[in-house]
Amino acid sequence: MKTIQKFKKNYFLFSELVRRDFTKKYKRTILGMAWSVISPLLTLFVMHLVFSNLLGSNISHYTIYLFAGQLIFSFFSDSTNEGMTSLLNNAEIFTKVNVPKYMFLFSKNVSSLINFGITLAIFFAFVLLDGIDVTWKFVFLLYPILCLVIFNLGMGLILSALYVFFRDIQYLYSIFTLLLMYMSAIFYSIDGFSQIGKNLFLLNPIYVYIRYVRKIVIEGDIPSIWLHLIAAGYSIVAFAVGYLIYKKKNHSFLYYV
Amino acid sequence: MGIAIKAENIAIRYITGDFKDIGLKEYVMRKLTRNYHVKEFMAVDGVTFELEEGDMLGIIGSNGAGKSTLLKAVAGIMVPTRGTINAYGEVAALLELGSGFDGDLSVKENAYLRGAMLGYTKQFMDDKYSEIIDFAGLWEFENRPFKQLSSGMKSRLAFSIASMVNPDILILDEVLSVGDGAFQTKSAEKMREIISRGATTILVSHSLQQIRELCNKVLWLDHGRQIAFGEAQEICDRYEFYLQGKGDIGDGNIDATSAGCDLG
Repeated sequence: MKTIQKFKKNYFLFSELVRRDFTKKYKRTILGMAWSVISPLLTLFVMHLVFSNLLGSNISHYTIYLFAGQLIFSFFSDSTNEGMTSLLNNAEIFTKVNVPKYMFLFSKNVSSLINFGITLAIFFAFVLLDGIDVTWKFVFLLYPILCLVIFNLGMGLILSALYVFFRDIQYLYSIFTLLLMYMSAIFYSIDGFSQIGKNLFLLNPIYVYIRYVRKIVIEGDIPSIWLHLIAAGYSIVAFAVGYLIYKKKNHSFLYYV
Repeated sequence: MGIAIKAENIAIRYITGDFKDIGLKEYVMRKLTRNYHVKEFMAVDGVTFELEEGDMLGIIGSNGAGKSTLLKAVAGIMVPTRGTINAYGEVAALLELGSGFDGDLSVKENAYLRGAMLGYTKQFMDDKYSEIIDFAGLWEFENRPFKQLSSGMKSRLAFSIASMVNPDILILDEVLSVGDGAFQTKSAEKMREIISRGATTILVSHSLQQIRELCNKVLWLDHGRQIAFGEAQEICDRYEFYLQGKGDIGDGNIDATSAGCDLG
């Protein structure tokens, strides 16, 4: 009974936080939500313009190849960048009211997830236009998406905690994400690399999730059990680390704000 | 009557120093040059008290005495470094009322958000919303952005939301001096109503008169140390005596121990 009551209260707080983040994000821009859809499409367009002749000539369904990479990477980047500031921006609240602090991050992630969902729908439209067969195997796409959501939450927990302690993390992280983008094989193929080189790419969680999506959509194949394990492994590790940091530092955050 | 709050010899460490607002780069540099200084001090040190259900405790002391820190420990926002504090029942803490609102959201949106933070359910907010706006007298501002309100209005809204609560334990930090004269009378009345429902209340106030009026017990803190805990009138007298420079804290300390024993 008590847990239900607690859940109800936390749920109300959670939905109010989501509502707040949403209103604040979209209230004062004319394009509002449309912008968050247009922006990745523009990036896609630019990338296509630049790279399709340069790198795409021997990759089949290059637009989809590119889009899949861009889709996954921008979800990750959007979610973690937004998430990083979520705890500190709510310092006024958690120093005055005893609320579960992870709520701030989780609510931020909801708007990133909705953006991702919209972009995903456009992605499917592109897939159909490109003449790719949509099969039952597409159901498997839920798996990398679920892994990525958990991975994003974990990274968000880690980053938002670090950001409270060290404010310059923001700059370091933007350099890191730039590097990560180039290493995620978004616009190039890794076929030219040696076997060792190809395996090294698996050290990059974002690449793993992108690889999974491409395997299903472009190659029409269900990935190996290993790719499944790696994908889940990264998300579980990231979430566990984030959870532990929050648990350990729960009462120290307020000294730093 | 059962016990509502029990604090046993609690100490709360506070840290200040170079660590705030410095980046990772600066942190590493200072660590290397051994120029990294963090000062620890006990914001609250060795405080012991016990409240029964329905008690109304006033906390007095000069600025920096550790009053707000102690309240945060009762509210569960901070944890004691040493000792234990137990609050039996649901705690509602009203600390620095006007802060924590979002200037970009409307009054209504802020009211719901605050309600959610205080642990109300959606249904409760739906039921009480008009009562809240009534009490705060903010109907014409309902859909305006919050930042357009005056600071008095902000506090009025905060108080109105918070006073809808039906907690077992209510914590008030300087909230009864909110708004204009008329609202202060209204809020003091509301407070009495909540207390009369049997809520255990802790009140921090710089107005001794208010404490004499409302509280039956008083805790006197000075630089984090407990000077006295006991009957309200007696300790207020002694505190007033001390403020006028006629007594020194030392006397209080000895008496405090005995007063504490009487109650225990």
